[in-house]
Amino acid sequence: MLRYLFKRFLLILPTIFVPLILVFLLLRLSPGDPAGMMLGDQATPEQIAALRTQLGLDQPVWMQFVLWLKGILTLDLGNSIFFREPVMQIIPRYATVTILLTAVALVLAVVIGVTLGLVSAMNRNKPIDRGVVTTAVLGISLPEFWFALLLIFVFAVTLRWFPVAGYNPPDAGIIAFGATIFLPALALGVRQSALMTRMMRSSMLDVLNEPYITTARAQGLPETTVLGRYAMRTAAMPVVTVAGLSAGYMLGGAVAIEIIFALPGLGRMLVEAVGRRDYPLVEGGVLTISLVLAVLNLLIDLIYAILDPRIRYQ
Amino acid sequence: MSITQATSPDRLTGGDEEVFVTTNKSVWQRLMANPTAVVSIAALVILSLSAILAPLLAPGNPLKVSPADRFIPPGLEHFFGTDNLGRDMFKMVLHGGRTSLLVGLVVTVISMGIAVVLGAISGFYRQVDVVLMRLVDGLMAFPGIVLATAAAGIMGPSMTTVITSLSIVLIAPSLRIVRGQVLVVRELQMIEAARSVGVPTLRLFTRYILPAVSSPILVQASFIFSAAVLGEAGLSFIGVGIGPKELSWGNALTEARNYISQAPWIVLFPGLALMLTILALNLLGDSLRDVLDPRLARRR
Repeated sequence: MLRYLFKRFLLILPTIFVPLILVFLLLRLSPGDPAGMMLGDQATPEQIAALRTQLGLDQPVWMQFVLWLKGILTLDLGNSIFFREPVMQIIPRYATVTILLTAVALVLAVVIGVTLGLVSAMNRNKPIDRGVVTTAVLGISLPEFWFALLLIFVFAVTLRWFPVAGYNPPDAGIIAFGATIFLPALALGVRQSALMTRMMRSSMLDVLNEPYITTARAQGLPETTVLGRYAMRTAAMPVVTVAGLSAGYMLGGAVAIEIIFALPGLGRMLVEAVGRRDYPLVEGGVLTISLVLAVLNLLIDLIYAILDPRIRYQ
Repeated sequence: MSITQATSPDRLTGGDEEVFVTTNKSVWQRLMANPTAVVSIAALVILSLSAILAPLLAPGNPLKVSPADRFIPPGLEHFFGTDNLGRDMFKMVLHGGRTSLLVGLVVTVISMGIAVVLGAISGFYRQVDVVLMRLVDGLMAFPGIVLATAAAGIMGPSMTTVITSLSIVLIAPSLRIVRGQVLVVRELQMIEAARSVGVPTLRLFTRYILPAVSSPILVQASFIFSAAVLGEAGLSFIGVGIGPKELSWGNALTEARNYISQAPWIVLFPGLALMLTILALNLLGDSLRDVLDPRLARRR
């Protein structure tokens, strides 16, 4: 098990560094000078040059890269050019919102997806199954940001059940938090729930055809035991994969949702930081998302290895 | 069951036809026998035609502002109503489709093209494969929209930027699929036979391997197309896409969200066009897969 974990750990290194290097190069190679942007139109060339030296922007690109790598390894991500605060202090504020949003969206997606998938598989080819399959196809094709606007129109503008936009942290009370997080999470989770519905349905149908299910039924076990203890565990495997991919997708895909609902999240912060050429903050944001994703992938592999012991020995 | 039968399905009649069909023509015929495929192809043809013929169907500059005509609900004069600047939404949706579909098409061609070339190299040369696959791992694990946002934000909003960043992001999943197929196909006896009579590698690829891996590429292309259309809309919506001077479905929705309570139709129609396109492409991909890989179809 330890060896397996170590191997998995080595494999996640490229998943952290490839996006980081890409973003680093993109930022450096593109036009737009952060020092000039910070100081505004009034600045003299001398002032800009001084700030460039201070930020290390006058060094060759490879030197900047080495310094930046050193910064990452010593957990010093520098100061945000715009906020003039250490990046390590800014990121957690925004990341918390995005992680909470993704978590709620994932829970909604899994609950909806697994339930609908099971109901659909149990009633194969009946009207309810066809209805679920059609809804799932529609759901997969639903652009999140458009769905978010529709949700706002129906539930916030017309019915007035939820606020149109804004964010209350969990400290403000679970109801206040829930009211501001529910619609964004639903908008973010709907496509993923459709994917999971399809996955759950087809994997459950596969499992129900397995001989061991027939054996379990032949032995007279109650249907709830057959489904709950025998079928579900195997059928859950592909859903775990999809859930992991979904979580990763939603962490990054939350940008538009955060903008629409005015949530102070990582995605929105990233878009704004890119606009301001705030290099350290963009790199810090990308690093955070990469790290969270890497940990997430490791967790999924772990769940996999627990669910299916064969994986460990391959 | 002779080989001649297998390669000339036209001579066959009756229910056994499906067992033998292997030529491209028969794939098309079988696609036409699939109701979902027919509906989705029809929808795509209508959407493409209305985008191509937009200057004829809805003449005039779609971005022309007309303050006197603000917020007119859908009706006979303005089929889809007008927006906050008095622009005709029907015109905006038709003309916006030109950009959205063009970006989708170009991104699909570029990313699939690169994926096919790199996938072939990766499938044949182990050393390259190791490096490429780690790169793909990195790209796949990372949410494309963040990379595309960073790229688009940095290079400035324009159609070229959107096409470049979406193509880069979408190469990874296609590359993995092409490479997997090449790895399977290159072990086939026909490849060994071709090699033993001295067919050069390039010709081996274009003449033998490419046709053999074309089915999964076709299926993947339809999903890449839908991902590209959705990606462009998403990027343009958050303001790092094609830029404010151009028009696309995503762009049309950007401002719409501020007027959702007064004029919900501004939000409704561009989004419906977008969803319809994605739905049609996804359904086409699904039915293509069913037709090309009957083993999967039976499990559904």
